[in-house]
Amino acid sequence: MRTRLVTVLLALITAILVIPGPAATADEQGGEALHGQIRHPGDRDQGVEGITITVFEDEDEIGAAETDPDGNWEVELPGPGTYRVVVDQESVPSEFVVRETAIVAGGESEVEVEAGDRRPLIIALEAPGATGDDSSASPSEDATEESGSDGAAPAEEGEIAVGVDSSASFGERVLQLVAAGLLFGLVIAVSAIGLSLIFGTTKLINFAHGDMVTFGAMAALVFSSGAAGLGNSLLAIFAGLGAAVLAGALLETRLGRGALIAIQWSAILAGIVLATVLGVLGDSVGWQVPLWMAAVLAVLMGAVLGGCMERYIWRPLRGRNVALIQMFIVSIGLALVLRHVILVVFGSGRSRYPGFQIQEMVNFGPISMPPRDLVVMAVAVVVLVGVACLLQFTRIGKAMRAVSDNRDLAESSGIDVDRVTLYVWGLGGGLAALGGVLYGLNQVVEYEMGFRLLLMMFAAVILGGLGTAYGAMAGGIAVGLVAMLSTLWFPSQFMQAWALILMILMLLVRPQGLLGQRERVG
Amino acid sequence: MDILSILAESMRSALGPVAAIYALAAIGLNLHFGYTGLLNFGQVGFMLVGAYGVGISVAVFDLPLAVGFGVGLLCALVLALLLGIPTLRLREDYLAITTIAAAEVIRLVYRSGFAEPLTGGVYGLQNLAGDFRALNPIPPGTYGVGMLSYNASHLWVMVTTWGLVLLMAGLTWMLTHSPWGRVIKGIREDEDAARSLGKNVFAYKMQALVLGGLIGALAGCMMAVYQAAIQADQFKPQVTFFLWVILLLGGAGRVFGPVLGSMIFWFLMSFTDGVLRGLGNLGLLPFLDGPDYGAIQLAFAGLMLVLLIVFRPQGIIGDRKEMLINVK
Amino acid sequence: MSSDETVVDRMGAADAVPGSAKPDPILVVDGVRRSFGGLTAVDVEHLEVQRGTITALIGPNGAGKSTLFNLLTGFDRADRGRWSFDGRQIGGRSGHQVARAGMVRTFQLTKALTRMSVLDNMLLGAQGQLGERLAGAFLRPMWKSQEKENTARALELLERFKLIDKRDEIAGALSGGQRKLLEMARALMTDPSTIMLDEPMAGVNPALVQSLLGHITSLRDEGKTVLFVEHDMDVIMGISDWIVVLAQGQVIAEGRPSDIRSNQQVIDAYLGAREEDGDE
Repeated sequence: MRTRLVTVLLALITAILVIPGPAATADEQGGEALHGQIRHPGDRDQGVEGITITVFEDEDEIGAAETDPDGNWEVELPGPGTYRVVVDQESVPSEFVVRETAIVAGGESEVEVEAGDRRPLIIALEAPGATGDDSSASPSEDATEESGSDGAAPAEEGEIAVGVDSSASFGERVLQLVAAGLLFGLVIAVSAIGLSLIFGTTKLINFAHGDMVTFGAMAALVFSSGAAGLGNSLLAIFAGLGAAVLAGALLETRLGRGALIAIQWSAILAGIVLATVLGVLGDSVGWQVPLWMAAVLAVLMGAVLGGCMERYIWRPLRGRNVALIQMFIVSIGLALVLRHVILVVFGSGRSRYPGFQIQEMVNFGPISMPPRDLVVMAVAVVVLVGVACLLQFTRIGKAMRAVSDNRDLAESSGIDVDRVTLYVWGLGGGLAALGGVLYGLNQVVEYEMGFRLLLMMFAAVILGGLGTAYGAMAGGIAVGLVAMLSTLWFPSQFMQAWALILMILMLLVRPQGLLGQRERVG
Repeated sequence: MDILSILAESMRSALGPVAAIYALAAIGLNLHFGYTGLLNFGQVGFMLVGAYGVGISVAVFDLPLAVGFGVGLLCALVLALLLGIPTLRLREDYLAITTIAAAEVIRLVYRSGFAEPLTGGVYGLQNLAGDFRALNPIPPGTYGVGMLSYNASHLWVMVTTWGLVLLMAGLTWMLTHSPWGRVIKGIREDEDAARSLGKNVFAYKMQALVLGGLIGALAGCMMAVYQAAIQADQFKPQVTFFLWVILLLGGAGRVFGPVLGSMIFWFLMSFTDGVLRGLGNLGLLPFLDGPDYGAIQLAFAGLMLVLLIVFRPQGIIGDRKEMLINVK
Repeated sequence: MSSDETVVDRMGAADAVPGSAKPDPILVVDGVRRSFGGLTAVDVEHLEVQRGTITALIGPNGAGKSTLFNLLTGFDRADRGRWSFDGRQIGGRSGHQVARAGMVRTFQLTKALTRMSVLDNMLLGAQGQLGERLAGAFLRPMWKSQEKENTARALELLERFKLIDKRDEIAGALSGGQRKLLEMARALMTDPSTIMLDEPMAGVNPALVQSLLGHITSLRDEGKTVLFVEHDMDVIMGISDWIVVLAQGQVIAEGRPSDIRSNQQVIDAYLGAREEDGDE
């Protein structure tokens, strides 16, 4: 056993040595410096590039810096003392001015820096004349543009775009928000079914589910906006993995163990080799498909991702009798890995699906929606009905519900629980990816979108009852409606807070959820 | 590339205030998970309310620092009660879901434009350390040997944060070597068994949640004091996951586990950073972009979490024999 | 398995009919019902348990024995019904309150606190410890003498259950049978007036069964009331003073072992259940 520890530690150390990166929050105890980040006032996750900041000591210029694409700047100082920081007004984009605060006045600031101090200095921009209410500044109503969510005021991090016209009467706004809530709720429901079914079959809370949603959205973005080297390689790897998992599931009973492993590994290796070749070829094999095709690809890849996680991580862990609490921690760790691998592979950019942003609105009385929202709703409804039929009428669906109800009983009545679990993960992964695409049609696609949706999904599955697929559907729609309707009275940044409060209230009143049953003890 | 200076820099990191602050927060998490078995995936939420307790009191209302600490701890108490009352009677996973969601929701609320008059929104708050620096009894000058020398201001921060770490570790030792500690360990092993022996499991879990949360908030307060400025985005979920890595690295359920874990964790972080920057400067890492580094490092922290919990759940100083026995 | 020992009848004038009154009942159950979904797991009209006796609760699989046990000890919530223990209403109380009232239970799947030492397992059973309060935890002098007394009592019990050599080992290192013994000893640490054993013989090797039975009878001889659930009829006929038979959640018969042995309804219930359940 000791040797295994040593190998693990060695592996860790090697890995540490191989993997680079400045400590995200590491303390730098070097010399004195002033630094900061200047952000876009409309979208605070984006920096503003090219603003010049000059630091003076008395009248001598000490140093100057220009903000990088993320809005970061830093000026090294010779030592402790009092410095005057001047923002070059010329370099500030003309649509903004430097915000007056207690510390920054007229684009200048006096700061005292102690020995060894790396001091942050907050410099904020704002629209001329605006004081703090930048969130309510909605762009002018345009027939071709959906108000609020697009264009000049992109959604802030954590804010979910609400496509509602603020000039409408209260009744109209209620109707519009109900429509928006339904849309949002359907997206949550589609994504959350997998979370709930996975919990039902394995008692595991899949904290990585949100990142599976992100994965779907990102993959669809790559294929719809032009897949070149990256897209090809990803496709090849996932084809290999998918073939391996499928071979495992289908040929398990027919082939010997050795042959099966050989087939699986050769599939995976072939995928990797192909991916490398395609990666080397790079952008010369470029192609692009319409979004619906990209979505199909993304769903397939999501299913493969889910299947792989079950087959190559969770099943072996269950085999080792790893306790459930430890599995939760593994799932948290996987979420972290997945989220940041996605960040590295797909980049940190915030983008939208091309070609779906500017659409003629379709009017239904007071409610007007772009066609893409109608399509999202239709797809979601069809998928939800399809999943319900699958669970209700097909053999594998019934087996899923049986395993979800009582794993031991299902096992003793002859159901191949491992295979059912694999299918549940595949289904869950595919639905999560689809949820990502649907969500991405309405929101900005970026690497943390899934994690934010995960909070909504948690609220949905707890509301509906952990482990029940129908509960996730009902809970999802309820959470969507509550979140959207809350914006009638409260800022839209508080949407998640309302979902959380709803979830906590449910736990207090009926912890088993709307459709769940009180747990049997002993 | 100068390996010696990288090593010294890593050593400074391992002994620095950030390591101490993370050790402090991990001590709280240790009380939650290591001793009581509570799955708190939102420790950063406690740090955040602690830090903003100081921040808002000092920067917005111009109150003394001590009041700020009080406010921060009070907020953590309220948060622990809000999280604990609905979830601690239920299965352990409900607490996990609620804490991870709550910590993120709190961050989003604190950084929202709506809360900006109080919290400074995304810009955060600054000028928080005046009182603390005024308290510095160490005369100006440089102390220490060679690479490991610090000026008076830094030394003061280090002495207080590590002092608090020692204090809290001592507190943990006293608690866990008392009958109270025996009860929470019993709850960790099997709460039904503890209940069948007449222990009010809910009350004990709540006490542990509050205590660990308060220690987390204290770490947040120290963060505000050390940095003299706070921003909501410093309290992203990955801070919690760093704390989990630290706890599992050092050994959950060991008094000095979090302290050792934090030192090792920050040493590794700094060391790899130094080595790779060195290699990068020599042009040996052609295909990595600067912005990817942080992301790769976070992915790596996640991987470390997985490997640790699967292969060495007892951490570095944990007892092998104890951990080999599966709890459930 | 007829008993050769002189059988003392501790049941007084109790009638062998379901729901009969006992001369000195310690536990009285009235109209308790619990259902899961559409299935009624427990539906007990009236049940009394005589003080100072060994009462066995038997019945085929799925009869609701464990569910009734969980309800009575506060580990599950009844849909309706009330029950009193030693004259005090305890219906709806939580598990720890029931234990403090003097009715302590063990579990079908043994719950040894695996990563704690055997002695710590025992000490956890002691009641009224000052050091278990959060404030008290810091004041070692306050609970030091109490701890000493409790340790002495724990060692005594460990001696009796032949676990004294294992006192410093972690409980996870014990064998299955030893864990059963530890759980029983730990329950006794709470100094209960009634001890509820949920299938104490399940999964224990035959050699240990006799010793467990011996411990159970000696508990009664010390004046404690023992109520225990058992699946297997034969093993308990010898030691029980009174047997309550549960089927489909209802008490279908109760009486002395001799009454039960000849009760046609019981035989039918068992046979019927066997036919339905197959190999279970």
